[in-house]
Amino acid sequence: MTKIPYFPGCTLKTKARNFEKSALASTGLLGIELTELPRWNCCGAVYPLTSDDLMQCVASVGNLIRVQEMNQTGMVSNEYRLVVLCSMCLNVLKRSHKRMIEQNEQLKKINEFMYLEKEPYKGNVTVVHLLELLKEHGFEKIRDAVKKPLSGLRVSPYYGCALLRPREVGIDDPENPKIQEELLSTLGATVVDNPLKLRCCGSYQTVRDKQLVINLAYDILSRAQDAGAEAISTSCPLCSFNIDNRQKEIIKNHSEFKPLPVFYFTQLMTVAFGLSQEHCGFEQNHIDPQQLLKDKGVL
Amino acid sequence: MTARIVITSKNREFQRKIDELSGQVCTLCDQCGTCTGSCPMAFEMDTTPSNMIRMVQLGQEEVLDKKTLWICASCYTCTVRCPRGLDPSKIAEALRQIKLRQAIDHIDIHKIPKNEIDILPQIALVAAFRKFTG
Repeated sequence: MTKIPYFPGCTLKTKARNFEKSALASTGLLGIELTELPRWNCCGAVYPLTSDDLMQCVASVGNLIRVQEMNQTGMVSNEYRLVVLCSMCLNVLKRSHKRMIEQNEQLKKINEFMYLEKEPYKGNVTVVHLLELLKEHGFEKIRDAVKKPLSGLRVSPYYGCALLRPREVGIDDPENPKIQEELLSTLGATVVDNPLKLRCCGSYQTVRDKQLVINLAYDILSRAQDAGAEAISTSCPLCSFNIDNRQKEIIKNHSEFKPLPVFYFTQLMTVAFGLSQEHCGFEQNHIDPQQLLKDKGVL
Repeated sequence: MTARIVITSKNREFQRKIDELSGQVCTLCDQCGTCTGSCPMAFEMDTTPSNMIRMVQLGQEEVLDKKTLWICASCYTCTVRCPRGLDPSKIAEALRQIKLRQAIDHIDIHKIPKNEIDILPQIALVAAFRKFTG
């Protein structure tokens, strides 16, 4: 087993336990042990965009220091990669790290401010998304682990914002990503392209103006359905809320709309690897995907 | 009809403040409109992203009253597409921060319905509080 530091973030322990559960089970099968950071804290969910707002990086840098500590205490061995599952955590942690290594003054200032930490942040942590780690592991090896190919399941990957943009932190081409497509094909699914796969779901606007998000989600989902998708895959708990949970409101506004299951990509891996259903956590998916999977003979 | 716009020292000071906060040189924008054409929220806004930047270039503080600042969800579509290398999402954030730092919150936490709080994921609440409250 390769042990790699892992940052869950706020939502994976609560409203998106299905994401964490399925990720731990499926990576475990591949011989990767995601080792949770001790004493982690929320990353802040959104990266501070003003030049003087260093304070909001404190939370992220604290998490990066924990990775250094894990190496010192022997929890991991010379492993300075930090794996994240949530797109927004990736964005915040990776940008905070980048700011620290590019602006020495700010790194010095933040380390002085965080003087109670046992050691300062040295700028040596690499934040990676699980999809990147899987690609590095090798899609061929993942193919070997597939016991129940998702044959005939027409899945449309949805990316949203934080996984791809801005360019310097995105895990793939911000205008033409392929990483989810590659994984889904490896699992045996039929990839359906959605012209709106990069379109923002409205993100945190879901708190301020629910209707705005319902309209955006309707556009994204109905375009995927028009293209022939039977399900969506995503890597962000906020996208998932907006395009899965908000479907109950979409149905109220659009009587012709047919519900579309939304998976975390790790749930599809768990199913394809033939792992027990308890690792999928489908009870937390708003639109129940189980009948669809049964129809395809994989559940 | 001709409109005459006079740029005063007050206008220049406002533009300088936004440049400093956003880390952007707003005068680099040549008003091509790519940001507006790319913005998934533009249809909801009361002024387009490119016009928001034009108002900053002219130092027009009225831009602070536009709904546009709050409708931007920082999705960075404009950021990856701007041919001048500007980051309009940072300009919107600078404008929001001017308001928030005067302790003018954009949402009232107490008015979020209980049934919504029960279902909203933590990530949504944390992000919204960071973006809409000071």
